[in-house]
Amino acid sequence: MTPLLSVQGLTKHYGAHVGCADVAFDLYPGEVMGIVGESGSGKSTLLNCLAGHLTPDAGAVVFDTRAEGPRDTLKMSEPERRMLGRTDWAFVHQHARDGLRMGVSAGGNVGERLMAVGARHYGDIRSQATDWLGRVEIDAGRIDDRPSTFSGGMQQRLQIARNLVTGPRLVFMDEPTGGLDVSVQARLLDLLRGLVRDMGLSAIIVTHDLAVVRLLADRLMVMKSGHVVEAGLTDQVLDDPQHAYTQLLVSSVLQV
Amino acid sequence: MSDYNFAYLDEQTKRMIRRAILKGLAIPGYQVPFASREMPMPYGWGTGGVQVSAAVLTPGDRFKVIDQGADDTTNAVSIRKFFERTTGLETTTSTAQASVIQTRHRIPEAALAEGQVLVYQVPIPEPLRFLEPRESETRKMHELEEYGLMHVKLYEDISRHGHIATSYAYPVKVEARYVMDPSPIPKFDNPKLAECPAIQLFGAGREQRIYALPPYTGVVSLDFEDHPFEASKADHPCGLCGAEDSYLDEVIMDDAGGRMFVCSDTDHCETRQAAGHRGKDAA
Repeated sequence: MTPLLSVQGLTKHYGAHVGCADVAFDLYPGEVMGIVGESGSGKSTLLNCLAGHLTPDAGAVVFDTRAEGPRDTLKMSEPERRMLGRTDWAFVHQHARDGLRMGVSAGGNVGERLMAVGARHYGDIRSQATDWLGRVEIDAGRIDDRPSTFSGGMQQRLQIARNLVTGPRLVFMDEPTGGLDVSVQARLLDLLRGLVRDMGLSAIIVTHDLAVVRLLADRLMVMKSGHVVEAGLTDQVLDDPQHAYTQLLVSSVLQV
Repeated sequence: MSDYNFAYLDEQTKRMIRRAILKGLAIPGYQVPFASREMPMPYGWGTGGVQVSAAVLTPGDRFKVIDQGADDTTNAVSIRKFFERTTGLETTTSTAQASVIQTRHRIPEAALAEGQVLVYQVPIPEPLRFLEPRESETRKMHELEEYGLMHVKLYEDISRHGHIATSYAYPVKVEARYVMDPSPIPKFDNPKLAECPAIQLFGAGREQRIYALPPYTGVVSLDFEDHPFEASKADHPCGLCGAEDSYLDEVIMDDAGGRMFVCSDTDHCETRQAAGHRGKDAA
């Protein structure tokens, strides 16, 4: 089986400072990978390098494209990479307002990706937007409201709808539940889990919340100071941590 | 003649602007940056159009200026006087007789011919500006032909008003490549942009951009398949000349709700009246 995403020797320095160093992994179709670690451990740098928002200093990010099979996205031309970012890839930001157009209605936000890939039929765009609002549990009556009138949880769900409307195969998520209260988090996780299973999505989820990865991720990578210190199946890593830092991380989760 | 150089600007500046115009003509719809000069009038009065006109005017040209279609409004009168004084050229109000026409917010009703130059005054040349405030990003979007966002604006119009409510500065696509802001002309005028025999030049002074449409360029107004573009106008004949096919201004006549519709193109209206056409409000 060809991995959907194959990463080799990915390195990014900020001057003398290490962003992330020598990261390598394979992600197979339908698999959800969690990346955990403390603040400043290079999680977001890694995610941004993978998604093409940052240019890494070394390494390869090979994506199994629909048309041409595995290709190194770092060697693609910019239009190709941006096209990939609008079609087969999706990026869910931690703060919904980074990923949404706050001055455009909810329907327009969901429709933007469709229009960006050439949809020019208003009725079709509208019905797809309505359908997706329903799938992320937003009332269809809010379709013409601006996201600024939405609650934080709704904004986050709208951002997810906007990203998934073009049927991507790989979703990058940067702390998708950050900044939400626990009950809203639980609903969002439920929703994400359902969407990932139904659509057969592959996802890379960056978070510092171990409960999130326990629920969503099949596999887990633990990062510290830019390096991957431990990787494996989620349950295995969390139940039997080997590296000292992972042990510290697991033991510092608050029990209620 | 006065002590000014011909058409006010110095020759080096005119060369610089002509280069920008030539580049614009070579890449229809592409916004060419140029070093806009201070002009002896405020920004917003057509400093871009004036500079383009100054660069293309030659002795022997006949100059016409219109503002919202009219030859006799402040803006048009001031710019016409400015060029009368600095070039000594003859000016005209007749569309057919003019070789260079500077315009604000309208395209003349009379069909333009080969050899004529139409100069538009442009306030904001970037059609994506109100959707994407970052210049670096809009340039990249033009570069990579990523114009999905333009349709988001039209989508928002339909979702809010039930139809595309944008009635002026209606975005167009030039030769299936660049999306262009046609300056704030009513969308009634959009079809006249396409396959026009005259040269069309657009100058934005404050924003320091020039763009152009060479003669006979393909220009298509953006729309949706189920909400096609429609060139709209007030559904009345002109009160003075009776024209049914020209763009109209609505004029309030009294405090009792009386109003009349008149051609916004004064030259068109006067030409028709001289030919004996009369509307219902004509004295």
